[in-house]
Amino acid sequence: MQEMSDRLLNNKAAASIAWAVLLLPPSTAIFVILSKFSVLHPIQTISECFSMLTSATAIFSFILLCGVIIMVGFLNFEYYTVIPTIACSKIALFGQLLHPRQLVNSLVHCIMGMIVAWCSAVTIGFRYETLGHPCAQTDGYHQMCLNEYHLILLLGGAFVGFSHSLLGVIHNMNYVSFHTVQQYKYLRFKGCLPLVVKCSATQALYSVRNFIVVYYFLGYIPRTWICKTLNLHLGSSAHPLDSIAGLLDLSLLYHLWISATFLLFTWYITLLLFRIFLTEHIHFRLNPTDHQILVLSFPKFQFLALQDLALLSQHSPLRRCEVFSLSQPGGHPHNWNAISKECLSLLADLTQRLVAYHDTVATNGRAKSLSSGSERKTSSETSGTLISQKWLSIPLTAPFTPDLDSPFMSPALRRLAAPVEQGSPWYGTVQSPHIMRRVKNFLAKRVLIVYLFNKLPEASSQALFADSQAHIWALEGLSYLVQASFSEDQFGVVQTTLPSILSCMLVLQEAVDRHFKLPHASSKPVRSTSSMGDSTYKTLRFALRATLKTAIYRITTTFGDHLNAVQLSAEHRKRLQQFLEYKE
Amino acid sequence: MFCFSTYIPKPAHTVMRKHGDSPVICDLAVPKWLSMSSGCILALLQWVSSFHGSLFPHLTVSSLCSSEDMIAEFSQVLNWSDCVVRAFAWHPHTDKFAVALLDDSIKIYNPKSATTPTLKHRLQRNVAVVQWKPLCASALAVGCQNCLLVWHVDPCSLSTRPSAGCAHVLSHPGHAPVTSIAWSPSGSLLVSASPMDTAMMVWDVAAESCVPLQRVGGGGVTFLSWSPDGSHVLASTPSALFRVWETRMWTCERWPCIKGRCQSGCWSPDGSRLLFTVQDEAVIYSLTFTNTPAAVPSGTSKGPHAAVVVADLSETTFSTPDGDIIVGGEIQSLAWDPRGERLAVLLKGDPRAADRSPIIAVFKTRVSPIFELLPWFSRYLMLLLMFSLCSQCWSSGRITHVPFYFLSASIPRLGLSGSPTLPHVQERPADFANQSLFTEFIS
Repeated sequence: MQEMSDRLLNNKAAASIAWAVLLLPPSTAIFVILSKFSVLHPIQTISECFSMLTSATAIFSFILLCGVIIMVGFLNFEYYTVIPTIACSKIALFGQLLHPRQLVNSLVHCIMGMIVAWCSAVTIGFRYETLGHPCAQTDGYHQMCLNEYHLILLLGGAFVGFSHSLLGVIHNMNYVSFHTVQQYKYLRFKGCLPLVVKCSATQALYSVRNFIVVYYFLGYIPRTWICKTLNLHLGSSAHPLDSIAGLLDLSLLYHLWISATFLLFTWYITLLLFRIFLTEHIHFRLNPTDHQILVLSFPKFQFLALQDLALLSQHSPLRRCEVFSLSQPGGHPHNWNAISKECLSLLADLTQRLVAYHDTVATNGRAKSLSSGSERKTSSETSGTLISQKWLSIPLTAPFTPDLDSPFMSPALRRLAAPVEQGSPWYGTVQSPHIMRRVKNFLAKRVLIVYLFNKLPEASSQALFADSQAHIWALEGLSYLVQASFSEDQFGVVQTTLPSILSCMLVLQEAVDRHFKLPHASSKPVRSTSSMGDSTYKTLRFALRATLKTAIYRITTTFGDHLNAVQLSAEHRKRLQQFLEYKE
Repeated sequence: MFCFSTYIPKPAHTVMRKHGDSPVICDLAVPKWLSMSSGCILALLQWVSSFHGSLFPHLTVSSLCSSEDMIAEFSQVLNWSDCVVRAFAWHPHTDKFAVALLDDSIKIYNPKSATTPTLKHRLQRNVAVVQWKPLCASALAVGCQNCLLVWHVDPCSLSTRPSAGCAHVLSHPGHAPVTSIAWSPSGSLLVSASPMDTAMMVWDVAAESCVPLQRVGGGGVTFLSWSPDGSHVLASTPSALFRVWETRMWTCERWPCIKGRCQSGCWSPDGSRLLFTVQDEAVIYSLTFTNTPAAVPSGTSKGPHAAVVVADLSETTFSTPDGDIIVGGEIQSLAWDPRGERLAVLLKGDPRAADRSPIIAVFKTRVSPIFELLPWFSRYLMLLLMFSLCSQCWSSGRITHVPFYFLSASIPRLGLSGSPTLPHVQERPADFANQSLFTEFIS
């Protein structure tokens, strides 16, 4: 099963990379035209472009660009996630940035940025073409001098690649979200293309601005280093480029910007295609063994299976019929049992998480501030269901210890402030509460520390619901199937699980309602539109709440007063009555 | 297709010229080079915008009128700008309704509660349309001049003025004014349309994100209607073209009309039949869609090749005890009751002729096994707006509820159709007593 899912995802990634490579020639052609365009000699521009595009260096650099695209696609595939990692404090974010895996990513992006910049330098030609150029010194000898224009372009590319990688972490660019609106790949691509152009142009502008500032102050370091290692001389004639006069060269700025735009555009296109291919709807065969997919495999594939479930339950009567069917021989509703059990355990897991979080908040995170993280892990281990295995790999449980009245809400700092363990050299010296308070005040005065360790508002709430797309689909799938069962379920297989479905949803509803009463939980995040990062995860909790209500209403409106015959606890019946009267 | 650009002057230019040549600027002894250069820029802008007008006809419409005029033009409400009741919506499941008034407030009436919440928001101006979210008790979407608002009105709350925090603002650059919205029957998505925007927006309301759906041609989207089974969406444009979107993969069929734009439309309960009317024509067209039980998501549903005329409502004269009355003419809006048994048609009448007041005609309909449309009764009223089958909102601000009692064809029992179980008449018109053969009026 694992092999199959791997192969499927690999194929999707490969297809997206292939398309990205196919789209490279047109985007390169546009880049060439834009970079060489001169208003005064339009015809000359065109002829130059043609000769450029057919030259040997162009073909060589094109091959290099293809290699870069393939590499970017590979990195996208390697680093993507369907469950975003949410940093709950600034220090956690720095931790993410300095993670070795991320450092490798940044380094590779840096190198690739430089390669793309070299290709664009060669393409633009003119004064950017080579790193060294012969120059006559005062004593008459011909020497090789450094071409700083070439160097600045290369460094610019490296800088843009590096900042792309950093921003990828900050904006969660590796997060792949699933759209509620299904569209054909081509139409989705077409719809997103203007956004990609806009994003790459604006992002290139910002990156180039930052790069120029950096180069103005630190540009001499790489320049002298290059000169030393390659035994080149600094040209004495022109302005050095890390001066105001040198950087105010409009043509240079334009070329820096256009090559950065080209770089980002090709990478964003690769990312976009990857997202489109990956989130495309897959049809799963419905038989009980296949539903092990829901259970066993890793979240990426489980998401696709749940998406398919939500869609089939909504749109295809034939496949619903298969769900409601009985096995031959034996007459057991294996399909329905597998689906309902899986979805219910998913929902129960979320309920459990919400309740645990709420308990932690209620005790103000004090009593078990240090142990809560580990306790949670053990509790989910002991719960023993198959799916809980994968939650362990998700790093969202660690920072759930908000201490509401103190500015330090991260476990790392609490360890500093908490009573020191026995056996440590501090034990015995720093244990009186007065001193503790003083230590706390001392730390609180340090603005930097507060800045780093302060918990970002609503981040813990976001982290709690980070994987809620799965729950949303589970709720949709279940509720649509239950709705359809009213008329389509011939054998009454759904009826047997209806009480547990209803009570599961009602319990979750209660937990979600309680969660939204917490501070920051119901505040809406700021939306950023001009970024390739997907911020859907910030609003997943609202989506979950709305879907949950709709799911319960879908069942109550379909069944109406028949629900009175369903066995439920008195409390749940009371809540259900609210729904039946449209008062929720 | 470019019908709007023909009879419209180029007001954008005149506005600009007003700015450029205004005496205020002349008085201020502007340097010559500045006035020269600004004149050049102005000329360039005019030249560019002249292209704009020919490329996007709907934008010329917008420059002709304010967005208020545009809402009035494309609203389903007759005489929208003067009407006290600007929009009206029944809750799809329970008996409460929302009314948008001329003063930009929205009131929610519920017979079971004494409180009447009034919704006000600083962005809620010139409300064109309101609609309740299906499968939800509280959410009400409001399409207005600059944005789209989704109110969450807690049905249990006793407050009469829900705070602005209860409203979520959905806006997208260039997507205003919103003249039509439609919730998906499953309550998960919301589509909105603006005559100024060539794209139709599909909103995921909880995530506040939208997917623009754009196709070439037509310019703008004016009216939307989601079929009750959720499979199709009708989207009409300001030109003689409308589209029918299929909602699984969001592909569309183009339907060019011969005469004018598609004015209004409604779907049969099973989503298999679309009735629509075209501006300047007094007929109702019908289109049928066969829903392939789609196990495979590929392909749109194979629709028909041409629309069929199912009713001709051109002017006819009836003699009544009060004298002859003329019935018929252009159609403003259509509404079909949720069971598919009655169809109400709002006829525009002629505002200049005294005896040609707007009229609602009601047809008895049957969808299966074959489609039937029979005149049921028609009455002349000063009706300006009609949304739900049985509620009529008058220009004076009266809302009349006319409960229809009839034997349902499919279920052999006496029932109320298409309306909540409790009839509520806000105010009973005086002339109701001497009307009607088939209806009863309850005050």
